[in-house]
Formats: sequence, C-alpha cells, structure tokens
Amino acid sequence: MTATAGAAAPVASQAERPLLRLDDVHTFYVHVHALQGITLEVFPGEIVTLLGGNGAGKTTTLRTISGMIHPRSGTVHFGDDDITNVPAHKLVRRGVGHAPEGRRIFGRMTVLENLQMGAYTRSNKDELGADFERVFALFPRLRERSGQAGGTLSGGEQQMLAIGRALMTHPKLLLLDEPSMGLAPILVEQIFQVIRDIHAQGTTVLVVEQNALMALGVAHRGYILQTGRIVLQDTAANLRQNPEVQKAYLGG
Amino acid sequence: MTRRPGRALLVPAILLLLATLDWSYVGTEQFVNALTIGAVYALIALGYTMVYGIIELINFAHGDVFMVGSFVTYWLLSSLGFNGTISDLPLLVVVLVGTFLAAMVVMGGIGVVIERFAYRPLRNAPRLAPLITAIGVSFILQNIIQIFFGPSPISAPQVIDVQARVNLGGVDVSVVKLFVIAVAFILMIALQTFVSRTRMGRAMRSTAIDRDAAQLMGVDINTTIAVTFFIGSALAGAAGVVQVLYLGTTNFQLGFQAGLKAFTSAVLGGIGNITGAALGGFLIGFIEVNSTVAGFSRWSEAIVFGILVLVLVFRPTGLLGQQLGERA
Repeated sequence: MTATAGAAAPVASQAERPLLRLDDVHTFYVHVHALQGITLEVFPGEIVTLLGGNGAGKTTTLRTISGMIHPRSGTVHFGDDDITNVPAHKLVRRGVGHAPEGRRIFGRMTVLENLQMGAYTRSNKDELGADFERVFALFPRLRERSGQAGGTLSGGEQQMLAIGRALMTHPKLLLLDEPSMGLAPILVEQIFQVIRDIHAQGTTVLVVEQNALMALGVAHRGYILQTGRIVLQDTAANLRQNPEVQKAYLGG
Repeated sequence: MTRRPGRALLVPAILLLLATLDWSYVGTEQFVNALTIGAVYALIALGYTMVYGIIELINFAHGDVFMVGSFVTYWLLSSLGFNGTISDLPLLVVVLVGTFLAAMVVMGGIGVVIERFAYRPLRNAPRLAPLITAIGVSFILQNIIQIFFGPSPISAPQVIDVQARVNLGGVDVSVVKLFVIAVAFILMIALQTFVSRTRMGRAMRSTAIDRDAAQLMGVDINTTIAVTFFIGSALAGAAGVVQVLYLGTTNFQLGFQAGLKAFTSAVLGGIGNITGAALGGFLIGFIEVNSTVAGFSRWSEAIVFGILVLVLVFRPTGLLGQQLGERA
C-alpha cells in the first residue's frame, strides 16, 4: 500500500479561510439525534476524509453539507456564505458536488444522459465540452458505454459514473460517500487514483470511507466520527500512526 | 417516463398488426373509430402515467380534469357565439388553434393549482393520504361544474362538420375523426420529443427515477413536478376539446368513465411509461370497437378489463413496464 502518496501533511492553504466550515451542527432524523455537534473545516486544495463505523453519522454529515437535510442548530458555511438552510438544488450552482452513498445513478437513462444531468445547472457550451472530455479522460470506460443504460453497468463502472456525474456539476468541493463500497480491490485502487487525479486538477475533496487505510492514504487530514460526534481529528499521517485508530479502523 | 431505444417502434408495429387484423373483418369505418376513441384514451392516459411516474400518485382527479376541459371548450365556443359548424376554413383554423391553446393552458394551470394545494403538502405523507385527497379533488371538480353548468348533459357546438368526409387512397374517412387522430399523434410525438430530448424532459425522467439524486444534480423538484402536472393536465384539456369536436356533448360525470378507461390504458401499457400509455389507449380503443362489431357491445367493458387482468397476470408491470430495477 502506498501510504506516502498524497499525504503531504497539512497544506499551506490552511492559513486561508476554509472552503467549508461546519460549526456545532446538530442534525435530526425526526427524533434521532444523528449529528451531535459536528465542527469541521475543509480548506481549499485539501483532501479530507471522514472515518467511522456504521451509523456514526458520516453520510448524514455529507447530506447536511449538500442541503439534502437541514440542521436543527449550528451553521454550515461555504466560502463566505451561510448555506445552513439553502436547498440542495441551489447548492449545486454554488459549487457543491455530491456523489451520494450507493451511487444513485439514473439506471434507466443512458450514461451520456446521466452525465448531462450532472451538467443540468450549466449552460457554457465550451466549458461543458471540456468537462465531458475531462470525465471521459478520467474514465475511458464511460465513453465506450455512453449510449448504454446506466443500470446495465457493472458496480465499478456505476461508481465511475456517479463520480463523473458529480464532476459534471463542476464542483469547487466534491463530496464522495463511500466510493469504494462493494468494489473489488483493484477497482478500489483505481477509484482512489482517480480521487488523486481530481484533486490534482484543482478540486477540493471531502471523502467518507469505511476503507480507512485507502482513505488515509490519499487524504491530508481526517476526522473520526463516533455516534454523531467527532472524537479525533488530525493529519492523515498522524492518524495512521495512532494506536487507537489502528486498532479500530486499520485492522491492527 | 422512460425512453428505451427500439421501444418506440413497438407502438407502430402493434398498430400495424392490429390494422392488418382488423381491416377485412371490422372495416375501415370501425378501424377509424377505434383509432379515434383510442386517441382520446391515450391523451388522458398520458397524464395518469406521467404523474404516477414522478410522484407515484394515482391521480383520481385526472379524469375530471378532462371533463372540466370539455366544459371549458363548450363555454369558450358558446360565449364566442359559435353554435354549429364553421364553414369558413380560415376562421375554423383560427378557432381550432385558439380553442386547443386556451383549453390546454387553462387546464394545465388548473393541474398546477391542484398539485400545489392538494398534493404537495402531502408529498411526504403516507401513500393513502394523497390518494384520498385525489378522490376529494375529483368530487370538488364535479361539483364546481354542476354549480355552473347544471347536472344535465350539455350539447356543445361541433365546429367541424361531422358529415364532412375525405377520400384517402380510395377510402372514405370522416374529417373530424381524422383531425382527432392527427391532433393526438402530433401531441404525443411532441411530448415524447420533449421528454427524451430536452433539459426539462431529462429533469422529469431523473426525478421519476430518483428524486434525491436529481436534487443533487441541481433539479428543482417542485418546479419539475409542477411542469409534469401542467403537461399532463394540458393533454387532458386537449382531450376535452376533442370530446366536444367529436361527440358534441359533455356532462359532469364524464370524467369517471373516461378516467377509468384511460387509467386502465396506462396500467395496461405499463404505468410510468409514456409510450406504454399511448399504446394502452389505442389497444383499448381497438378492443372496445372490436367487441362492439362482434356483437358484444354490452360486454365491451368486461372484455377490456378481462384483457387487462390477463396481461397483468403474465406481465405484472404492463406491456412496456420496467424490466430493469428501479434503482441500479
């Protein structure tokens, strides 16, 4: 495992204003207190990972950021804007791209139509052409299958489509929810390589993962969630060395 | 709400098949009748299927939207002073275009209002709540029409001469029926093109497949659902105009019968599928006319529903229902 790649410790940009800031966020599903005071920051140019077990609140955190669910208290800032109560469809235009848990591609639409949905809010033809090329360069398979219904793709291809679709929104911040879920090890490697590539092209990434080893391999910093609270935050390098993290998430 | 390459060809293929089957036995006149009745069912069925596709609601008020559409047509024509055939062709064209536009826009607007106030507040409620509400809306529409137009059937002006016939390749065909069929086909092709080729059409399809994911693409769900209701109700409005042109009569209970048949069409074709709804409408038109010709006119409804049951036994999702899983 290439534990060194991309783990370039806290980036210089930490001096700047965060791109994303959650401040004491409490989110409920009806009566379930899912997020119990989450505070986290993502700086421009970073890859940040959110680790934790099932039900820790990782997905809820991402859904709160992308406006699918609104917190009962606390604030979410994106750049200088308070986006706490901005609905999801408006956040897409502001630059929050979200590849949700379980891929959620449009199975009965073609691969091309799925990507066009990603570009739903955009009208600049030249930029769009460049972004289609970018996605097809990252995922040549999607070009080959562009006329095929999304539902007929393999699991790995669907994940590529989900990421490609989120990239077509041209995000400043890309939220990835368990991109490695259910994929064969070789595909997991590929997906994480793509995350590095996307980051290298200038996109800030917040990735939720069960596969802590891979996630800490690409991320600069990480947060560890337990039952709706952040219990640990550090650089990815330090987290990898942390005995408790090793025991709980790295299998040793 | 879906478009699968090749599927679109199924409709003409099946129609062609029916055409060859019926031609010698049923005769031209009945064949045209079947197409005309089928066109009306198909236009109404599209609204059922689109709404079901996007919010999984069986909009029981939809048949009544069609009924109100026929009254709007009647009111419009009679208050403009038309009470019979218009023989001046340019005037007739203007009147027809104007009537269709007005009825479609008015009914589309009413559909949007119904969605906004009756269904949207219940969007996250248990399935049964909006269903009962839809039945309530159906009664409200029927009662409003009774208040303004009374409970008796009304004879409405047929602006196209019902006696007029044209010779099409050696076959004598009624002009008004031909017109109805042409209008239905034009509207259906326009709808299919809109849904499959435009940005809003993609938004509608993606919302039908996965509402959350569509939101993450920047689709405003409320607008998209409102547009769906507008289009579905506008098509029912067009069917209301057709009702007046073709049969020259309407009454406040018209929506129940027609709605039931159109809903059956949608289910037969595979609810949620636009091509299926159109196909189902024409199939039911043919089944009805065939049973009448065969001397079973009293049984035509039993035959229609018998065939529906048979189809559902072997294809529970209808003729063109989804084979792929809802979510990949």
